[in-house]
Amino acid sequence: MSVGVVVVSHSRALADAAVELARQMLPGRELAIEVAAGMDDGSLGTDAVAVSEAITAADSGEGVVVLMDLGSAVLSAETALELLDDEVRERVLLSAAPLVEGLVGAVVVAAGGAGRDQVAAEAARGLAPKEAQLR
Amino acid sequence: MSDAPTTEQLTAWITRFAELVHEHRDELTALDSAIGDADHGSNMDRGMTAVVAALTEAPPDDPAALLKKTGATLVSKVGGASGPLYGTLFLRMAGAVGEGFAPALRAGFDGVLARGKAEPGDKTMVDALGPACDVLDAGGSVAEAAQAAADGRDATVPLVARKGRASYLGERSAGHADPGATSTAYLLQAAAETLS
Repeated sequence: MSVGVVVVSHSRALADAAVELARQMLPGRELAIEVAAGMDDGSLGTDAVAVSEAITAADSGEGVVVLMDLGSAVLSAETALELLDDEVRERVLLSAAPLVEGLVGAVVVAAGGAGRDQVAAEAARGLAPKEAQLR
Repeated sequence: MSDAPTTEQLTAWITRFAELVHEHRDELTALDSAIGDADHGSNMDRGMTAVVAALTEAPPDDPAALLKKTGATLVSKVGGASGPLYGTLFLRMAGAVGEGFAPALRAGFDGVLARGKAEPGDKTMVDALGPACDVLDAGGSVAEAAQAAADGRDATVPLVARKGRASYLGERSAGHADPGATSTAYLLQAAAETLS
C-alpha cells in the first residue's frame, strides 16, 4: 500500500502527459495515480465531483496528495474535500507545488513507500533542482 | 421579502437566471475575453442548462433540496472558477433558506468569500453580491438589492483585477466590467423578477 496521487487539471491531455512523464520515473513499480481533468464534453475545465471521485479511487487508506494546475483547479479541489466522507477527507492533502515538477517528485517517494506528509514535502520542493541549475 | 421563499419561487428564480445567462452568454464571454480566459458565458450557460435539466427531470421537494441540487450540479458542470463559487453559494444557501431569502443569500455570500478568498474591490462577483446582501440585511426589497448588485457591477469597470485569471493581466484588466460581477447582477435581477 502506498500514498495515492491525484492530478487535477483543466486539460485531460495536459494531465495525462504529466502523468506519463512522472511514470517514466517508476519503471516496473505500481502507484495509484488518478486524473480528474477536463469536462465531459472534452472542453477545458475542472469538475469538483470528478475530483472527489478521483481522490476516493486513489485512496488506499494511506492518504492522498492532490496536485493541481491553476485557478479553478484549486477551487474545485477545495470544493471536492467538502464532498468527501470525513474519514477520507482527513487523509487528503492539497499541494501548492507546481504541477509537473511536484508530480515527478511526489510519485518517486510515494512509490518508495513514503508517508503522505513526506510525499507532499517532496512535491513542495519540486522546483529546487531547477532553481539550483539556473542560479 | 421576509418570509422564507417557496420551492416554486426558487425554481422560478433559478430558471429565470438560466434564461438570462443564456441570453447574455456572448456578452459574458466577451467581457471574459477582455480580461480573462473567455469562457464565463459558455461555462455558466453549460452549468445553468444542466441545472434546469436536473430540476426538470426530478423536481426537488423542498427549498433546501432544490438549492443543494443546483449547487452540486454547478460544481460539476461549469468547469471554471465560477463552478465552485456559484456552487458554494447555492450549497450554503440551502442551509439557511428556512430563515428567509436574505439570511440565505448572506450565508451563500459568506461561502463565496471563504471559497474564493476575494475581498471587496478585487473585481469579482463579491463586488455585486456584497452590496445586494447589505441592502437585504438592512430590510431593503429584492428589487433594491438587484439595483445594488448592478451598481456594484458598474463599479468594477475601473478596477484592476486581483483574483483569478484576470489578475495575470494587471492594469490591462481595467476598463471592463468584471464578468463574475455581471453574471451576479443577472442573478439578482432574476430574483427581483421572481421573488418580489
